[in-house]
Amino acid sequence: MDFLTKFPAMERADLRDLKKGIDSSFKEFSRSWGESIEVFFDPLFYFLVRFEKLLLATPWPIIILIVAALSYLGSRSWKLSLGAAVSFLLIGYLGMWNNTMSTVALISVATIICIALGIPIGIAMSKSDRLQAMITPVLDIMQTIPIFVYLLPVVMLLGIGKVPGLIAVCVYAMPPIVRLTNLGLRLVDKEILEAADAFGSNYRQRLFSVQLPLALPNIFAGVNQTIMMALAMVVIASMIGVKGLGVPVLQSIQNQYLALGLMNGLAIVALAIIFDRVSQQYGKRLQRHREGGNDV
Amino acid sequence: MSDYKIEIKNLYKIFGPNDKSMVDRVANGMGKQELLDHHKHVLGLRDVNIGISANSINVIMGLSGSGKSTLIRHINRLIEPTVGEIIVDGDDVLAMNPERIRDFRRFGASMVFQKFGLMPHRTVLENCMYGLNIQGVETGKAEKRANHWLDRVGLSGFENRYPAQLSGGMQQRVGLARALATDADILLMDEAFSALDPLIRADMQGILLDLQNELHKTIVFITHDLDEALRIGDDIAILRDGELIQKGNPQSIVLKPANDYVADFTKDVNRARVLTLNTLSHESGTEEGLPLNSDLSIEEAMQEMIVSDHNLVTVMKEGKSIGQVSLNDMVAAIAKPKTSQTGASNAYR
Repeated sequence: MDFLTKFPAMERADLRDLKKGIDSSFKEFSRSWGESIEVFFDPLFYFLVRFEKLLLATPWPIIILIVAALSYLGSRSWKLSLGAAVSFLLIGYLGMWNNTMSTVALISVATIICIALGIPIGIAMSKSDRLQAMITPVLDIMQTIPIFVYLLPVVMLLGIGKVPGLIAVCVYAMPPIVRLTNLGLRLVDKEILEAADAFGSNYRQRLFSVQLPLALPNIFAGVNQTIMMALAMVVIASMIGVKGLGVPVLQSIQNQYLALGLMNGLAIVALAIIFDRVSQQYGKRLQRHREGGNDV
Repeated sequence: MSDYKIEIKNLYKIFGPNDKSMVDRVANGMGKQELLDHHKHVLGLRDVNIGISANSINVIMGLSGSGKSTLIRHINRLIEPTVGEIIVDGDDVLAMNPERIRDFRRFGASMVFQKFGLMPHRTVLENCMYGLNIQGVETGKAEKRANHWLDRVGLSGFENRYPAQLSGGMQQRVGLARALATDADILLMDEAFSALDPLIRADMQGILLDLQNELHKTIVFITHDLDEALRIGDDIAILRDGELIQKGNPQSIVLKPANDYVADFTKDVNRARVLTLNTLSHESGTEEGLPLNSDLSIEEAMQEMIVSDHNLVTVMKEGKSIGQVSLNDMVAAIAKPKTSQTGASNAYR
């Protein structure tokens, strides 16, 4: 009865060899390809560093003006714009200005990358059921796999620093925009698409004049989610050497500095709320045509 | 060649994975239900042959599931047929490559949809310009043409509204203006007025008839409403379960229904409005009656007779008398068919 009580597992020696094999082949891979992969990501690194330096070099009143102006442009609400300016003033007054600028730089670059890659992938997915069936499980893995597990190979390949941190943030934050682009395009009313076809639109005309504009509210919800998830990764990214608001939070966890952790944590929350409200209001404004009534 | 603008020949449409192999079964007489039960394929159209005359309103009528919407989508190939031919102006639509079919849709045939198919993110003017944008007409010109057609359907002043801000009737006027703006010869109207309430529907039928008097387009109009078909159709084709049952002008449909199914349809029709003096006119001696044009409906003729206190009409066509119609003839024609005919048709209820 040994068979039933003891699971017929692989021989311990074989298992060890298997793990060793995988480890050594990946090490081999990173030794021979690590440098060229690093070179591949160099432009990203420079872009991120430049952007961060630009934010840090700009005088703070100008940054606050820009934040207030962008908030107003996005939301058309004085209250929100004022709230954003006050939050940034408070953050600066409490000595978190530089870290906040680093985090804003990281989040902005990560969001741009996610949009630039995620929307085309979403479009391709909406076009083909087979591609959707292939990509959906990959997105599931990206969202659910423990972050440290995919940090490990990234760090082995690229070491610690900004770029691996950025990649980690993008891997985690990209799925929503891909999913919601795909969903939004698939939800566009079939009758409207048929009308576009009946007037002789080709694929590009149909995509740009009908499908994307009608899917925009969903795509925008995806952008919003992507920003939120990128912010959620700030603390974890700081574990592999990304500067920003995550670093003091990590320190305070290790040393039990309650006030430090709380302040930096709340700064992240403030950023999240500003990004969220502004992008949501902007998304709402895009759907003005859905409202009935006669006040144009 | 042929006198028809559009000719549909031996058209079959079967929905399912092995549609081609089912054609023979259907051609040999397998019914819709049998095909579905034993082979899991849905019969859409069976051996449809229709010629559609240029410059007239051709109505295709049938109840839901009769295949009428499927049929109209074959004309601009929004649906691929299983087998068959569709000839427009001597060209086989089915032989066109994707590039040519797009050109045909851009310039040759435009479409009006049951649920309007307007783009909610575009204003009324932008919607009306859609076909022109696709044709590549430059913006200034397109705007001018779109404005012209919006004006013709009575929507000037609404250019900058969004479709959601308009009533159903107004939305369909936008749909009509959008289709007319492309200047295509052929206008495909898929239950275009079915979603509208009766008053608005009558209004839209009036607009369409007025426009057609001037434009002389080749219109294919799908409907499930016989009154609508009789009012606007120059020619009516009746479909049932994917088969063409009868085709003819409104009077012949009402006077000579091809079978009980059609008879059942037509028994509640207001015959006084459909039948014209032309169909009842016959030679009867020399007695002189009230001279009236042969195109008048019986209803209109009766009104004239009451006003002028006559009970005989001399039917005039192009200035000449072609016969007489008495009040008795008219009453007999209006009376519903005898019960023997309608009794048999109850089987279809």
